[in-house]
Amino acid sequence: MNIDELREHLCSTYPDLCPLFSVEYGDGMLMVDSSRLHEAASDLRDLGFDRLGMVTAVDTGDEFELVYRVQSREMHAGIFVKTRVARDVASIASVNDLWPAANWQEREVFDMFGIVFEGHPDLRRILLTDDWVGYPLRKDYEDERIIRRPDYI
Amino acid sequence: MTEQTIVNIGPSHPSTHGVCRVIVTLDGETVVHAEPVIGHLHRGIEKMAENRTYLQVVPLTDRLDYVGSMYANWAYCRSVERLAGIRVPERAEYIRVIVCELQRIASHMMGIGSTGADTGATSAFMYTFAQRDHVVELFEALCGARLTYNYVRPGGVSMDLPDGWVEQCRAFTAQHPPVMMEIDRLLFGNVIARARLKGVGVLTPEDAVGWGTSGPVARGSGVDWDLRRDDPYSVYPRFDFQIPLGEIGDCYDRARVRLWECVESCKIINQALDQIEPGSVHAEGLPRLLAPRPGDAYDHIESARGSLGVYLVSDGSPRPYRMKVRSPAFCNLAVLPLLAEGHTLSDLIVIIGSLDPVFGEVDR
Repeated sequence: MNIDELREHLCSTYPDLCPLFSVEYGDGMLMVDSSRLHEAASDLRDLGFDRLGMVTAVDTGDEFELVYRVQSREMHAGIFVKTRVARDVASIASVNDLWPAANWQEREVFDMFGIVFEGHPDLRRILLTDDWVGYPLRKDYEDERIIRRPDYI
Repeated sequence: MTEQTIVNIGPSHPSTHGVCRVIVTLDGETVVHAEPVIGHLHRGIEKMAENRTYLQVVPLTDRLDYVGSMYANWAYCRSVERLAGIRVPERAEYIRVIVCELQRIASHMMGIGSTGADTGATSAFMYTFAQRDHVVELFEALCGARLTYNYVRPGGVSMDLPDGWVEQCRAFTAQHPPVMMEIDRLLFGNVIARARLKGVGVLTPEDAVGWGTSGPVARGSGVDWDLRRDDPYSVYPRFDFQIPLGEIGDCYDRARVRLWECVESCKIINQALDQIEPGSVHAEGLPRLLAPRPGDAYDHIESARGSLGVYLVSDGSPRPYRMKVRSPAFCNLAVLPLLAEGHTLSDLIVIIGSLDPVFGEVDR
């Protein structure tokens, strides 16, 4: 399967998402609803995306955008899977059962954003200490030790 | 079955190659479970980046992988260039390839040397560190720093190669491969080192892929995946080089893959020095304060430890809205519990060394 066939396949499987699928620099982007994330991830893995490169999140202000990057060695392709979860009930299905690589990466997202990954076998803080208060990469995180650098503009 | 003992190693212990704590459950001398506890070097670089302009983030990336600063510089700059649509002059691309392949040698010299030190072959460490020092001296002549270079900048590199540098570099690439042959004999031909490394910490190719490992850790297991060839970037398609692979994925294979990669790096550097042409080393007309269009960009390069990626989100302001570093050392270290199980405590030290983690990058 090459990248064009992949695009056709994904567009027919997720018809409502077709316009969002773009191939730029050999990278695709797939925006899915958070309830269908695990299903989409599972699909991609079965299509040959055997590597989970990255799991991360972005605090967009009113919700969290989760970003997954999966890679296929066979197709020489990488795809971003993005989904959004609400701030107040930040939880999403874990993809640890599909790629064990998600284990530490999801722990890091939990550590920094407080997003709960359901079904994760060992969801604990990883970089910060267990008694840390708050989630530092949230935009509303406050700590007196953070020095706001002046605008040089 | 005897009573189990829990032993705490680190966080500050010479054999953990940085500030890593490992909680080891032992049955006699056999490791039942090893749990790495990381984060002791967490400085919040991703958070700090949100408070700095795009150019001010470059020195922060130096502090990620501190034995391979050029890589983090380059991965970050590629991501910024993609986000802001900057075209890099060809000479700058060649210089980036040359310094990054030199950096690979410097970093692997540290990795191989410590593999030797872990197995008791301390003399190998002296040989590799002498080689590393040659590279560091080349970098010092290039940008004045020996460890944190701040050399690769968005749009190119900070300054052109100084006079006589190309000759010094050629002298190094001519001198380096024979030393690698010597180390191959000295370390990998040594009966004791072989006994300590062979068959220890075997990582299967399936686990290597599933756990997201990359670089020499994955290639030691025979996973034929190198971004320089499989997702070619910069001017790499113009060079002819091999990707060394291991056979069974033990500590021996991982360390030896690093050794041969150094020889291949010399080949790449020589070709790059032959092909490089005079010209500008920095993109013209760049504003002093970059404020890329709102959006996101990801780019990755093959660092000494594996695929190092930087994901940037811009909201149109002069500071990154979010920076995420996809650290290869972080993913590589995650397989430690898998590898250590069933081996002795002394083998655990060798296994940690063979994963070659750099905690500046693991903890960020």
